[in-house]
Amino acid sequence: MEQDRIRNFAIIAHIDHGKSTLADRILELTGAVSEREMREQLLDSMELERERGITIKAQAVRVAWKGHQLNLIDTPGHVDFTYEVSRSLQACEGALLVVDAAQGIEAQTLANAYLAIDGGLEIVPAANKIDLPQADPDGAARELGDLLGEEPERVLRISAKTGIGVPDVLDAIVERIPPPQGERDAPARALVFDSSYDQYRGVVAFVRVVDGSFSTREPLRAMAQGTEFDAEEIGVMSPARTPVESLSAGEVGYVVTGLKDVSRLRVGDTLTSRRRPAREPLPGYQDVKPMVFAGIFPTDSDDYPELRDALERLKLNDASLSYEPETSQALGFGFRCGFLGLLHMEIVRERLEREFDLDLLITAPNVAYRATTRTGEAVEVHNPAEMPRELEQVEEPYVKASVIVPKQYVGAVMELANERRGTFDHMEYLSEDRVLLLYELPLGEIVLDFYDQLKSRTRGYASFDYDLAGFRPGDLTRVDILVAGEQVDALSLIIHRDAAYDRGRQLVERLREEIPRQMIDVPVQAAIGSRVIARETIKARRKDVLAKCYGGDITRKRKLLEKQKKGKKRMKQVGSVEVPQEAFLAVLNLDSDRKRS
Amino acid sequence: MSGVRHLYVHLPFCAHRCGYCDFVTVVGRGDQHGAYVGAVLAELELHRDVLDERLDTIFLGGGTPTFTEPDALARLLAGLPAAEEITAEANPETVTAELAERLRAGGVTRVSLGAQSFEPRLLDVLERSASPDDVRRAVSTLRAAGVDNVSLDLVYGIPGQSVVDLESDLAEALALGPEHLSCYELEAKPGTRFTRAHGAELDRQADAMEGYFERVVETLTGAGYRWYETANFCRDGERDLRAKHNLGYWRGRDYLGIGIGAVSTVSGLRRRNLPALPRYLAALAAGEEPPCELEPIDVETRAREVLMLGLRLDEPLVLSDVTDAVDEEELERLVALGLVELTANGRGPELRLTDRGRYLGGAVTAQLMA
Repeated sequence: MEQDRIRNFAIIAHIDHGKSTLADRILELTGAVSEREMREQLLDSMELERERGITIKAQAVRVAWKGHQLNLIDTPGHVDFTYEVSRSLQACEGALLVVDAAQGIEAQTLANAYLAIDGGLEIVPAANKIDLPQADPDGAARELGDLLGEEPERVLRISAKTGIGVPDVLDAIVERIPPPQGERDAPARALVFDSSYDQYRGVVAFVRVVDGSFSTREPLRAMAQGTEFDAEEIGVMSPARTPVESLSAGEVGYVVTGLKDVSRLRVGDTLTSRRRPAREPLPGYQDVKPMVFAGIFPTDSDDYPELRDALERLKLNDASLSYEPETSQALGFGFRCGFLGLLHMEIVRERLEREFDLDLLITAPNVAYRATTRTGEAVEVHNPAEMPRELEQVEEPYVKASVIVPKQYVGAVMELANERRGTFDHMEYLSEDRVLLLYELPLGEIVLDFYDQLKSRTRGYASFDYDLAGFRPGDLTRVDILVAGEQVDALSLIIHRDAAYDRGRQLVERLREEIPRQMIDVPVQAAIGSRVIARETIKARRKDVLAKCYGGDITRKRKLLEKQKKGKKRMKQVGSVEVPQEAFLAVLNLDSDRKRS
Repeated sequence: MSGVRHLYVHLPFCAHRCGYCDFVTVVGRGDQHGAYVGAVLAELELHRDVLDERLDTIFLGGGTPTFTEPDALARLLAGLPAAEEITAEANPETVTAELAERLRAGGVTRVSLGAQSFEPRLLDVLERSASPDDVRRAVSTLRAAGVDNVSLDLVYGIPGQSVVDLESDLAEALALGPEHLSCYELEAKPGTRFTRAHGAELDRQADAMEGYFERVVETLTGAGYRWYETANFCRDGERDLRAKHNLGYWRGRDYLGIGIGAVSTVSGLRRRNLPALPRYLAALAAGEEPPCELEPIDVETRAREVLMLGLRLDEPLVLSDVTDAVDEEELERLVALGLVELTANGRGPELRLTDRGRYLGGAVTAQLMA
């Protein structure tokens, strides 16, 4: 197809503002999917996404509208996945910015809009859910107009649910979004903006062809990594995989690579033809640096190889996931994994458990720290147990956080931000009663439950987004937990000095409750360096005997002891103490329990 | 190869089944006592070949052996081989001068009295029919008949039993000067009538009762008794007053058990007679072996048992006898924790539990087992 009849666009929106519903309606309206075939949110192919009502992985679908080829590239809608949004946007010339007319602009609306503007995309704004009785289409249109510097009249008013205005959306895409401007005759170049793994066919790359064209069976090379392979199949998603003979400049589709090793083709790489290779790769993506880390351990140490394979598989679809082997004295062999944020971590954990049927133990998340030792050595620390003790300085990541709330909750947000060491930046009224608050906050203060707290203290009205804002020194200290004098590496944490005592106290109290009494007194301590800041003692059991044992009892008593012995093998050994895994789990859940109560 | 030198005879009959009891018992059936004794003697005949010519010990357990109809009991005693120690269990209320005389005449050298407690309120909870005075009377009756080895059974951890109750029970028992005492913590088995009635109270008292075992040991050892087995104490002195029959179990000797529910372990085979009385009687009346379950005990299993049983005693266990059953790493750890003691003498390294280890004997043994 000629490039001037092609439009590549994404839909961007705050979570729950109707992005996926609009995508579904577009598929229906263009006949890509019949109503009968339509499942709710077809594009969200992962079970987990449908269940949580969020889109995690971008997917691309080709539809036809009035003689044009429209390629819809879906995007994730959560703060953790800003990076994926920006990746998807790089394959587009325009974006549909959807706002819930009953809610108005939310924090992610802003974040996503800025991403699109920065990417030079044409933005088509739409006020959605106008069928709702509480909808205020004019208000939403005014806010969008202000945000984009456009006339409110240019804002489409639609209901993705009922279909009102959806044809206008498609018309506006054709009219307002520019066609791609690739060079058809130049050596072929395509941007890999996503990929997935097919058990039978290996790595499947989703590509946006920028220049030239690609045909089936063409010998290809990934320019950054140098990986070579043949295009076993080329096709488009419509929305099922449909093979085509070729994809040319401006088009979006997939390439079946046959690669079995997921690490050999990275998202962001440029594909070119080995017959007539391009000289320069397209600008790739910056590797996003994970900022939130946690240890993931199999509950059963025999599952370690399965966990490793599973992470490798996930990594293919999720370039932002990082992992490296970690050995914990308390938890055994596992991986220290890096995530974009907490939701990302949750999703990875759930996918590991569901799709790979693994039983996992996950440590409390922490952020990345930059430490400078007394000897002047700089190290990046992803695991509190590895934080050097002799420190000159520790820096922690900060974020610029934007919160949008109805004005009556401004106080609650300020209070929360203050508790979390936030620095007020500024505040502005988006409308008469909706306020945008900007704060700088240590990421470490928001990784655990900031978002939950924000939601509960604002009765769910607050929306929240953040951008990383660099590292800054903090008065941070490492707190270790010792059980029977042995440090439990999995429970070490890095925390602001002012909060160290309280947290240490909570941890040791919780452990005292959770660790069953042993054969000896077991001290449980929290310590900063060699200074103990909290201590509890698990008193030894005083008796544990089989009352009587005579000729007739021997078999039964022996079996009892054998069973007891087996039970102990499932315990984690910390020095001379046996700790059931549940105890670690309970302690790792400390924060959520504490804050919710 | 020498034969089995320990014989257990089960006499299941009782006047009443106590709520906490989990032994094989048969209530009443006075008319069957004679037939039962006949069957037991017939079973003994069937196994005569495994027994040594000289027996070390015989133990008449129950049930309530002394509830057995007197003539039948006399006939049984007359039919048993001689042994160095013959123990009969007795409920205090059954002990009369006549019975004591019969036991003596039948060769019984040792009587084990189920006293359980001296507090009427607690005896009621246990559904015991003997009064504290019955116990006192029974002891003096036995003494008068010349029984110079009397053991008292006590139970502690009874629902409603305070520390004061416990101390008074121990003092009452000591006042009778028994040669031997067995002190058991009450076991409330889940699902039993007793647990349904008293389980909640026991849970409430669990913390308070945690120290009772220590108190029992301290009081009895303080009174000059030797804590020679987890739950057993004997007067310390020149005479060895340990229960020799039970020592046989704890030292891993072979033993023959006859009667319903009785268990034998002979040459690596454990046999458990089924508990049903009619089938037992029928089989032996037909000259057949009674119905039973068999469990082969291989060398490794036997070593684990020897470990489990031997660690109950205050005498050391030769490590080389149980090497296969011991987890070396755990042994080291338990020694470091002061729960197990390793000593060496001519027989090579020996192990035993320290006093603290003995209070936690079950857990320590489970830990130590390979």
